[in-house]
Amino acid sequence: MPGGTTTTHAAALAGAAADTVRRRRAYARHYWPFVVPAALVVVAVIVFPWVFTLWMSLQEWKLGSGRSFVGLANYQRLFTDDRFHWSVLRTLYFTALAVVIPVVLGVAAALAFHRRFPLRGLARTIFILPMMATPVAVALVWTMMFHPQLGVLNWILSQFGIPPSLWVYDAATVIPTLVMVEVWHWTPLVMLLVLGGLASLPADPYEAAKIDGATPWQAFRYITLPLLAPFLMVAIIIRTIDALKAFDTIYVITQGGPGTASETINIFLYLNAFAYYNMGYASAVVVVFFALIIGLAMLLLWSRERFRDATK
Amino acid sequence: MSGATIRRRPLRRRLEGIAFGLSVLALVSPAALVFLWMLSLSLKTEIDNIAFPPVFIPNPPTLDNFRAVFERNDFLAQAWNSVVVSVGATLIALLVGIPAGYGIAKMRATKAAVLILIARITPGLSYLIPLFLLFQWIGLTGTLWPILITHLVLTVPISVWVMIGFFEGLPGELEEAALVDGATIWQAFRHVALPLARPGITVATILAFIFSWNNFIFAMVLAGRETRTLPVAVNNMLTFEQISWGPLSAAALLVTAPVVILTLVAQKQIVAGLTQGGVKGG
Repeated sequence: MPGGTTTTHAAALAGAAADTVRRRRAYARHYWPFVVPAALVVVAVIVFPWVFTLWMSLQEWKLGSGRSFVGLANYQRLFTDDRFHWSVLRTLYFTALAVVIPVVLGVAAALAFHRRFPLRGLARTIFILPMMATPVAVALVWTMMFHPQLGVLNWILSQFGIPPSLWVYDAATVIPTLVMVEVWHWTPLVMLLVLGGLASLPADPYEAAKIDGATPWQAFRYITLPLLAPFLMVAIIIRTIDALKAFDTIYVITQGGPGTASETINIFLYLNAFAYYNMGYASAVVVVFFALIIGLAMLLLWSRERFRDATK
Repeated sequence: MSGATIRRRPLRRRLEGIAFGLSVLALVSPAALVFLWMLSLSLKTEIDNIAFPPVFIPNPPTLDNFRAVFERNDFLAQAWNSVVVSVGATLIALLVGIPAGYGIAKMRATKAAVLILIARITPGLSYLIPLFLLFQWIGLTGTLWPILITHLVLTVPISVWVMIGFFEGLPGELEEAALVDGATIWQAFRHVALPLARPGITVATILAFIFSWNNFIFAMVLAGRETRTLPVAVNNMLTFEQISWGPLSAAALLVTAPVVILTLVAQKQIVAGLTQGGVKGG
C-alpha cells in the first residue's frame, strides 16, 4: 500500500474510532435500567446494613431489653476495653503471619507451576482444592488431627523424635497453629494470582539476562520480582483483608479458646453480638473493625506508591 | 574437559529434575494428605480411628459411617436446605447480576465497581447484625428466607464482578450493528450479548454457588433447628459428639464433596473467575 493512502486510511480509521467512541458515549446513559434490580438488592442487603450499623453503634441496645441513644459511649468503651485491645493485637499477630507465609509459599508455588512438567494440571488441581473446599469441613479434619493424644499430627512429630505439641489446646501455640491452617487454606489463592502475573511477563528481559550470563537467582531477583510487584501487591492486599476477616476456621476449631487466647476481633465481635446480644456495642466494633481493614488496605496501597516513586 | 562437561550435564539436569519433582511433591502433599486423611477416617471403624499409632489404610473399608450419617439426624433435610439456599441465592444473583454487569460495562461506571469491592472488604458479620434484627422484626425467622437473602451478600457482588469483566472483554460491534438495524438496547442485550456471554455466566454461576454452599456464619446465626444448612449441621456434630470421628469425617466429606467435584470438573472456569477479581466469599 502506498504511503499516502496509509495516512488517509489511518486518519479515516481514527475518525471512525472517535465516531464509535462518541456513539458509545451517547448510548451509555441509556443503560441504567439494567443496573436497577442489582442496585435495589445491593441497597437492601449491603448499603442498608452499613448505614444501620452506624446508627446502631450510637445506641445502647441489648437484645430483649430497651434501646437508648448514648452517643459515642460505645466507642469510648472500646478504648478502655482490654479484652478488645488484646483481640486487636492477636488479630494483627495472626494477620502478619497469615500474610507473609502464604505470599512467600505462593510465589514459590507459582514459579513451580509456571514451568512445564508431567501431571502439572492434576498437581495444580490438587493444590487449589483447599481454598475451594467447605471451610467447616476442613476445619473439622484439622481439629481431629490436632487431638493431643490421638491426633495424627503428634504421631508424625513423634516419627521425627519431636515431643508432642498441644496445638490449639495451649495458649502459646494456638495462634501459630491456626496460622498453619490459614496458610494451608489460602496459599493457593496467592499462587493463582502470582501465576496470572507470571503468564503476563515479557520474554525479552530473560533472553538478554541469559546472554549477559545472569544466574537463575539473579534473573528472579532483578527481573521477575520487580515485574511481579503489582501482582504481589494485589495478593498482599487481598491476603491482608482476608486474614483480618478470618472467622470460620478459627470459630470451628477453637471458638476463641483456650480462654481467650485465639479471640480475634471477628470472634470478639461475634460473641458480643450473638452470645451476649450487645447489639450497640458490637456495631461499634464493626465500625472500628471496618476502619482498621480499610486503613490497612490504604496503607499498603500508599506504601506501594511510595516504593514506586522511590525506585523511579 | 569438554567431554567431562557433556557427561556431567545430564546428571546435573537429572538431579535438578529430581529436586524440582520433590519440591512440587512437598507443595502438593499437604493439600492431598488432609483430604486423604478425611477419606481414611470416614472409611474406618471407630476402633481404628482412635488407634495410636494411627491406622492409615482402612482395612477392610467400611461404609458404616456414611450409613450412620444418613440414618440418624436430619442429614437429608439439611442437605435439601443447603441446596435450596445455594441454588436460590445463585439464581437471584444471576438474574440481577448479569444485566447489572452489562449495564456497568456499557456505562463504564467504575464507581459502581468500587462499591462491589467495598462489599468484598466488609466482614460478613457486619451485615449480620442489622439483617438479624430486621428479620426478627419482619418475622421471617424460622424460614429459609433470611439465610437465602443474606447469601445474596456473597452471590450478587461476585456475579456482577465476573460479568462486568466478561462484558468489557466482548467486542461491542455486533450489538452496535443490531442497534443500527433498529433493535432496542434490551433486544441487543437479550439476543446478541447474552448468548455470547455464556462462558462468563458459567463462571459466575459456579463461583456464586460455591461461595453460598461453603458459607457457614450466616446460617449459623440465622438458622433454627429446622433450617440448618449442612456446614452448620456438621459443626454441631463436632460440638455435641466429641470423639465419633468416623461419622464426623463422613459428614464433612459429604458436605464438601459437591464443591470438590465441581472444582475438579470446572477448574479452568474457577481459576479464570478467581484471578480476575481475586475474590472469595465471606
